[in-house]
Amino acid sequence: MGLAVLLALIVAPEDADQGISQRIFYIHVPIALTAYFCFGLGALKALLLLWRGDERYDLESYVAIHQGTIFGSLTLVTGALWAKASWGVWWTWDSNQLVLFLVLFLFYCAYFMLRFSLPEGARRARSSAVYALFGVVLIPVSFLAIRLAEDFIHPTVFTREGPQMSGSMFLTFVVSWSAVTLLAYVLYRVELTGKRIDRDLRELREVLS
Amino acid sequence: MSYVSDVTALASKDLKVELRARDTLPAMLLFVLSTLVVFRFALPSDTQDDAAYGLLWVAIVFTALLGLSRAWVPEQEHGVLDALVLAPCDRSAIWLGKTLATLLFLLAAQVVALPAFALFFAPLDATAIAGVLLADIGICVVGSLLAAMAAASRARELLLPLLVLPLSIPLVIGGVGAAVSADGERFLLFLALYDAVFAVLSWASFEYVVTE
Amino acid sequence: MIRARAIEKRFGRGPVLRDVSFDVERGGTLVVTGPNGSGKTTLMRIVAGLVAPSRGNLEVGVDRSKLGFLSHEPLVYRELTAVENLDLFGRLYRVPERRERIGMLLERFGLWEVRNERVSTYSRGMTQRLALCRTLLHESELLVLDEPFSALDEAGAALLDRELEELVGKRTLVLTTHDPARVERYTTSKLALA
Repeated sequence: MGLAVLLALIVAPEDADQGISQRIFYIHVPIALTAYFCFGLGALKALLLLWRGDERYDLESYVAIHQGTIFGSLTLVTGALWAKASWGVWWTWDSNQLVLFLVLFLFYCAYFMLRFSLPEGARRARSSAVYALFGVVLIPVSFLAIRLAEDFIHPTVFTREGPQMSGSMFLTFVVSWSAVTLLAYVLYRVELTGKRIDRDLRELREVLS
Repeated sequence: MSYVSDVTALASKDLKVELRARDTLPAMLLFVLSTLVVFRFALPSDTQDDAAYGLLWVAIVFTALLGLSRAWVPEQEHGVLDALVLAPCDRSAIWLGKTLATLLFLLAAQVVALPAFALFFAPLDATAIAGVLLADIGICVVGSLLAAMAAASRARELLLPLLVLPLSIPLVIGGVGAAVSADGERFLLFLALYDAVFAVLSWASFEYVVTE
Repeated sequence: MIRARAIEKRFGRGPVLRDVSFDVERGGTLVVTGPNGSGKTTLMRIVAGLVAPSRGNLEVGVDRSKLGFLSHEPLVYRELTAVENLDLFGRLYRVPERRERIGMLLERFGLWEVRNERVSTYSRGMTQRLALCRTLLHESELLVLDEPFSALDEAGAALLDRELEELVGKRTLVLTTHDPARVERYTTSKLALA
């Protein structure tokens, strides 16, 4: 796992003949894709919870969204670095991707607020699940809205058609994408296992007392 | 047919409660007017109309939040929501009744707010007003469900704006776009799409929020 | 009518109910007793279907249109009058000849004179009487009553005694009380929570 990340980090600069700003692409884009994937997974588990009523989906949905939020925040950070490197500013409203992640970041922070202010139990699981489903619908809706907003906020948009990826660049991209996905998966399993052990311990303590 | 009669019974009950208690609507009216006056002094005097439209939307969203935070209060007193959940009507009728009542309050507030805005700041054309109407529907549709969630939480009034604001960003974009863009219809279409998508989602998921 | 096996309910930390099992046959009356905090109210909410048990198995043989539930809260709108409250629930439950039935109940529970006053002006006892009217408004097969005698004065309690005696045998009853002697006559099974 660590090897895969290292490989991606070492291989990436070799292909970066576009200057330093291009390098972060290999990290930023896979992280963003992984964040989307985590949010989607969280919503899927939420749907399963509502459908099947099995409580284990609650924890799985929560952990997936937690991971999604971590990777979403990383997207914002790497996006800011990229913006600084290529446009000389830390933040730009021109990048739809970044704006969308800001909206999602706010949305999923509210998800955690909701979760932590509801008493633990079936009601909390269901409300969180419904909110998670709203989130996955909000992604395309916000994307569309932000695209439309360009119309009146900035009539002329940055054209970022970017050069075609060469074979080795594409390879690097795929390697780093798989590495980030793998990392997300490992983190997901670790957190899920940790949370489950935590819950089992608590129950055990109650039984003993 | 019985679904419609359930919804009307529930919505008209909310109007009756409001007429008696007069808790929500006067507060919304006063709030939206005071906000507009505050904005008059928050804006530099040479500001363009476009900026004023943005502020109108801030006023609308926060007025809606004020109404939504009161939406389930009658049900929380004396635990009436339990009785509604146990009644044999479809649970989504409870949501629809509440959405309609809240929407009506919001529209009533805007009957005063929009002319006041036109008087104080900038004229509103038909597209802009249609944008306000569509965004009102969207925010009530989503907000009445989220307000039911927030009502069950410890944080209540504090939580509701946090839940609603990220979801209202697309509505603000659509509404401002309808007011300032040359191609306003596109934004109206987008708002209608938002309303339809989230209405279906809220309609289908309300039952899960109020039951176990 | 009701079959409960090893029901457990926990809110956050410790369990409120632990390993509760009972059966109630059709037309039977189950009386639930126990000290404050023993989970009586939670059990009533579980039987009514408002709360899901964390563990265990519960089967209730009626759907919710045939269930009458009296909560520890009155479940009526404070800003509406007695008539308006009952009219709303009568519409939702599709009670036939609604007006007549509401009038009859209000009269029987001694609320006819104040029928057009808001609930917020009622005393605790009057509110409880209205809550009983709401519970008995529609035709039900199962009645779940959480402390039906609470807040009632002697006259009100005597009224409720008469009302319950009339219903015994025709409907299944599940109720909690601090005064089991009062309902001893028609109790068919008992459950003591600790």
